[in-house]
Formats: sequence, C-alpha cells, structure tokens
Amino acid sequence: MLGPQTVKNILWLIPCLPLTGAVVNGLLRRRLPARLIHIIGCVTVFLAFLVSVSGFISLLRIEEPHNRLLIQSLYQWLLTVWDQGRFSLTVAFRFDPLSATLCLVVTGVGFLIHLYSVGYMAGDESQGRYFAYLNLFTFSMLLLILADNLLLMFVGWEGVGLCSYLLIGFWFSDLEKAQAGMKAFIVNRVGDFGFFVGLMLLFWSLFEGSNGGVSGLGFTELRQAVPLLASASPVLGVGVVTWIALLFFVGATGKSAQIPLYVWLPDAMAGPTPVSAFIHAATMVTAGVYMIVRLNFLYLAAPAALTVVAVVGAVTAFYAATIAITQNDIKRVLAYSTISQLGYMFLAVGVAAFSTGIFHLVTHAFFKALLFLGAGSVIHAVHSNDMQEMGGLKKYLPYTYLTFMTAYLAISGIPPFSGFMSKDEILWATFNSHLSVPGLGKALWALGLLGAGLTAFYMTRLVALTFMGTFRGGADEEKHLHESPLVMTIPLIILALLAAVGGAIGLPAVTHLPNLLHDFLSPVLSGHGSSGHEVHAYGLEVLLMLVSTGVALSGIGLGYYFYLKRPELPDQARARFAAVYRLLLNKYYVDEIYSALFLRPVLKLVALSGLFDLQVIDGAVNLSSKITAKFSFLVGWEDLTIVDGAVNGVAAMVQRWGDWIRHLQTGRIHQYLYSVVLGLFGLCVFMLLF
Amino acid sequence: MSYSLQSFLIVSSLLFCLGMFTVLTRRNAIGVLMGIELILNGAGLNFVAFSRFLQPSQTASLLSGQIFTLFIIAIAAAEVAVALAIVLVLYSQMKTIDVEDFKELRG
Repeated sequence: MLGPQTVKNILWLIPCLPLTGAVVNGLLRRRLPARLIHIIGCVTVFLAFLVSVSGFISLLRIEEPHNRLLIQSLYQWLLTVWDQGRFSLTVAFRFDPLSATLCLVVTGVGFLIHLYSVGYMAGDESQGRYFAYLNLFTFSMLLLILADNLLLMFVGWEGVGLCSYLLIGFWFSDLEKAQAGMKAFIVNRVGDFGFFVGLMLLFWSLFEGSNGGVSGLGFTELRQAVPLLASASPVLGVGVVTWIALLFFVGATGKSAQIPLYVWLPDAMAGPTPVSAFIHAATMVTAGVYMIVRLNFLYLAAPAALTVVAVVGAVTAFYAATIAITQNDIKRVLAYSTISQLGYMFLAVGVAAFSTGIFHLVTHAFFKALLFLGAGSVIHAVHSNDMQEMGGLKKYLPYTYLTFMTAYLAISGIPPFSGFMSKDEILWATFNSHLSVPGLGKALWALGLLGAGLTAFYMTRLVALTFMGTFRGGADEEKHLHESPLVMTIPLIILALLAAVGGAIGLPAVTHLPNLLHDFLSPVLSGHGSSGHEVHAYGLEVLLMLVSTGVALSGIGLGYYFYLKRPELPDQARARFAAVYRLLLNKYYVDEIYSALFLRPVLKLVALSGLFDLQVIDGAVNLSSKITAKFSFLVGWEDLTIVDGAVNGVAAMVQRWGDWIRHLQTGRIHQYLYSVVLGLFGLCVFMLLF
Repeated sequence: MSYSLQSFLIVSSLLFCLGMFTVLTRRNAIGVLMGIELILNGAGLNFVAFSRFLQPSQTASLLSGQIFTLFIIAIAAAEVAVALAIVLVLYSQMKTIDVEDFKELRG
C-alpha cells in the first residue's frame, strides 16, 4: 500500500484523472468508437476511486488522528505584498478525513453511475459529449472537495454549476429541457452571488488594515482567523461572522436546493436519468452541506446563522415532502425527496452535528443513487415517467424491484437500513440541541419526525404505483417490458448492498459500538460538534428510536392502506381536499410566484432597458456621429483651402520665380565671362570709391 | 642693374589684360584656353614680384609667394590637360570647337 508521503504527491491525480477523461472524450468524441468512450469515461473515474481508497487507507494508518492531513501544494496562484501584510494563494489539495470521505463517495458512487450510463445511454448519438460532461462534473466536484482554500473551492463550486447546466440541458434540442438547464444555472447564479459576496466580505474583513498575520484563504488559516473575525466591528448591527456565514448559506441553498432556491432541482430531471442520480446523490447538491461542514469553525462562531440553517433545513425537509405526495412523475417525486433529505442534512449541521450531516450525506448518496438508477431502469423499460402508466412491474423487473425495495426501506427509515441510522441520528441530535431560541430544538425535531412520516408515505405510494398491482400502460407496452442489461443492474446491486449495510459506519450510541464516521471526522470538526454521543440518556434515545420507527411504519401502513388495500381512497381524498390537493400538485405555486415576482419584472426591465438602449443610447451615439460628420465637413474645407492652399501657393511662387530666373542661364560662355569681368570691374570701382 | 617692383607689376598687369582680352574675344576654345594661361602667368608673376620685393628684412626671406606660383603652374598644367580633353570630346561630338555653338546648358 502507498505511504502517506506518496499519496500526498499523487493527490492531484484524483481530480485530474476525470479531467483527462473529459478532455479526451470531449475533443475526440466524433472519432472514437462508443466502446472506447465508455472505457475512458469509466476507467478514469475508477482510477480516481482507487487513488482515493489508497489515500483513505494511508490516512487511517497515521496513528495520531490530528495528524491525518495531507496537503499537496501545486503552485503559487496569487501573491500580493503591501506594507501591512501579504496575501498569497496556492493551488493546493487538502486530503483530510472530511475530503477523504467525500472523495470516496463521489468517485465510488460516481463510478457506478458512469457504469450504469453505459447501458442507459447506449445508442444515443452524442455519447462522447455525455461522458465528457459527466467526467467534467466529477472533476469539478472533486476540485470543490479537495480545494485547500476558499477561492479554489469556489472554482469547483462554479464548475459543478456549469456542468449541471450542460447535463440538464443535454438534450438541448427540446426547448423545455434547455429551459430547465437555464433555470438550474440562473438559480444557482443567484446563490453563487451570495457566496461571492460572502467571500468578498470575508476578504475585506481579513485584509483591511492590519490583520494579525493572516495571509491567505486556506482553511487552516481561516480557522485561526475566526477570533479575529469575531472581534471585528459589526456590519448593520450584525456580526461579520454571522454575515459571512449567512451569505455562504445563501450559496448553499442554491447549490443544495433549499428554500427559497430549490426550484431548479425538480426541473433538473430533464437531463438523462443517470445525470439526475449523479446530481442528487454524489455531486452538486451535497456541495452546500460539505461547504458548511468544511467551515464548521466559522459557523460555530455564528450561532444565529446556524439556527437559520437548522430552521431552513427542517422546514425544507417537511415542505418538500408534502409536495412529493401528489406528484405523478416518478423522477419528480424522487427530486422532491432529495430536497427533503437535503433539508435533514442542513438540519443536522444547523444543530452543530456536523459528522451526522456527513453521515446522512453518505447514506443518502447510496440510497438516492439507487432510487434514481432504479427509476431509470423503470423508465428504460416503460418509456414513460408517469407513474399512472406503470404498475405491477415487479414481475418484469425483478432485480430492479429487489434493489429498489432496499433503497425504499432505507429512505423510509426502517432499521437496520442505512437511512434509519443517519436520519435517526439527526433527529436525536436535533432533540438534544441547544439552539439560541428555547424550545426550537424540540419543534424542529417534531417537524423532522413529521417529514419522516411523510417520506415513508410518499415512498410507499411510489413503490405501490410502480411495482405493485397490475400494469396500466396498455397491452402494447406490456409486451416490450424487459429487465435492464447487466451493466445497469450490477451498479444497482452494489448500491443496494451499500444502502442496506452502509449505516454500520455510524452506529447509534446505544449499541455501545464505536461510531466510526464520527470518530474519523472529529479532527476536522471544531471541539463541541455533537452527534448526540455526549448525552448518555440511552433510555430516551431508545424511546425516540421507537417513536421514529413507529412513525415510519405508520407512514408505510397508511400508504399501503391508501394505494393497495383501498385504491379508491386516494380519489375520494382528492375530491374531499380538492383545494389542498391542487395546491400541492402545483407545488404551492412557487414557480408561478417566482415568475410573477422576479421573472416578469425582470423581463419588463429587460424590455425597458432595450427600449432605453435603442432610443436614448443609440440616439446619443447617432447624434454625436451626425455632429462629427458636420464638423468634419468644416474641417475638411479648411484643410483643402487654407492648409493645402498655403502649400500649393508656395510651390506656385517658387515655380514662377524659377521661370523668371532661368533666363539668366543663357549657355553662352562669353556672356558669362563678360559678366564676370563686369562684376570684377564693379568690385574695383566699389573699393576705389569707398 | 636693379628693377623696381613697379616694372614687374606693369608687365604682369599687361599679361593679365592681354589674357583677358584673348579670353573675351576668341571664339576658338583653344584660344580661350591660351588666354587663361596668360592670365594665370600674369598672376604668377605678380606673386613672385611681391615675394621678391616685400621681404621683411634683408637677411630673412619669405618664400610663400614663390611656392604659390609653383602651385599655380602645376595646377594650370593639370587644368589644361583636363580642358584639352574636354575640347577633344566636344569636337568629336559636335564637329566644332567654337564656344558660341555650345548652348546645350541654356536655362
């Protein structure tokens, strides 16, 4: 196995291998055969996975947990020195327990999704472009994760935004899909703007005047700079740290699809299904959670911002779950469930249980990738996204069904599947949290619990409509139903195993077994990040576990009763609560509200400024050109008559004089001689007289 | 017997005037050249005479006037050589050496 020093020197390979794949596939996409494109696309990511694994192992072999940090500096990016300090940035990769965990998830799950794509995209004419984008996506995410300073992280941050745009709008000839891509990009830009303002505020408060020797934006330096930031004078009555933390969180709501910037994610399923799996599980949406955990020292110094994070997370978790109940598009249900699960992650980091947030991120990556890939397999068979045209598929798609059920049990929170472990740890940490507002922790816990019940309910609905009952899509379609090829089912099986037992990395305290992930991550996290382990109230913990399991089971039971036992009940309920149903079906009309509040005024402003441009600015330009033309006419006249006249006049004068004087040159020698003598004589007379 | 400076000056000015007369009246190019020779010799005689009679003292002598004359003779010889060559070329071109006919350089 590789030693830490070797791993440190090959860290650059982790992001650069997928980048190589992206470049090769992107440039040679028309020349290479499809088989080779697949191999390049998958192998580069797999190699990156291997490097991550060896890095992970060498981290584990470092005895002292606080020394588990490998930083590879590649080159000096920026260097500015002034009289009161200096600012330097290096392109450096940071491999510590946190980034190691994320690297494993991104490259591991990412590789399975690449593999699955080989089957899913078979026959598509632009596979080279697809795999190039997918590899670029992996590269951007790995850059984001491995970056050792905020600015490099921002590069990756923007990179995933760009790649999501490219992949969501992959089939750009379809206007609706192209618009979904644009929506994702623009909403992300709004969030990124917040992030960027936060970055500038951080820069300003660190490097304005004397700064106590801070000389960069590296995470180690930032951690040491927090007391300095905390002592800075408040801006608009709020501490600088809180401002920075909140602005970064705005960026996180954009990337990680939280209220109010979640609107792009449900539309993001316009892309190919593996892309949705990639966006929802391994990359992109986890960026916000990762960023907050990475900056945990900053957020711990801003309790108010953390409370905002927790509240937004819990509300999103509940809110998105309510929308998911009514949606009929299988991918749309899963998209809202992703938003909801991301809400749980933010709830976890909001109550300062950072390692728990990462835990849920990891387990969610497993089961959500599985859900999306399973949905892709279903869509591959049925050729439709509408769950009303499915049903009874378990007969036709046995592997998909079995693996999907694992993910279903995991997301619903049934012990001992991975989703239960992480979600329960979040709820437990929320219950025990010490937020600045009294009682808020318990309220958020209740909201989270309700959301968990809804999750179990809508997932049961999804499974019931898709796999149970009888097929509703018509006899013609039924003949063509088939299980997906092996290259698609193998990733499903691997992910199913992970989704089932992945919870073992974070066992609850009541089992008296070590919580591996929490212990592994603790050196990265600041002092008192709790995962509920400090509170040794095992009785209460068991009670809460029973409660959440009970809630999950009742959600499942309700779903079973509604959609399998009494299939006429949903219609009755729909009729009874028509208004509520319509509100949910239309996603609380948020898209319409945003359209009315932001989109239309912006479009009006666009029209107005277009008019302004045409009338006022173009008018001014045209006027000035007219004035210039008139003036130049005057100048031209002056040039022609006065300047040229003077020059020509001098020339004409010289010519006239020359004409006159040339008559002296007669060519007769005697005439010259006479004039010489005459001149001599004249000279003599002159001298004699005077 | 001794001659005074004036007698030399008279001879030299006679030479100069005869030369000038020749130059102004001859239409033959060779004649003009001969006139120029007379003028130059008049001037040379003038130099020698002044050199001989305007010594600063009886013992010291100033030879610059006589050296000047030697230069004049040498340069006159060179000048005549060039001038005769020109005249020969002119004759071969125009079949005449009458200076009145050479009016090509008229303005």
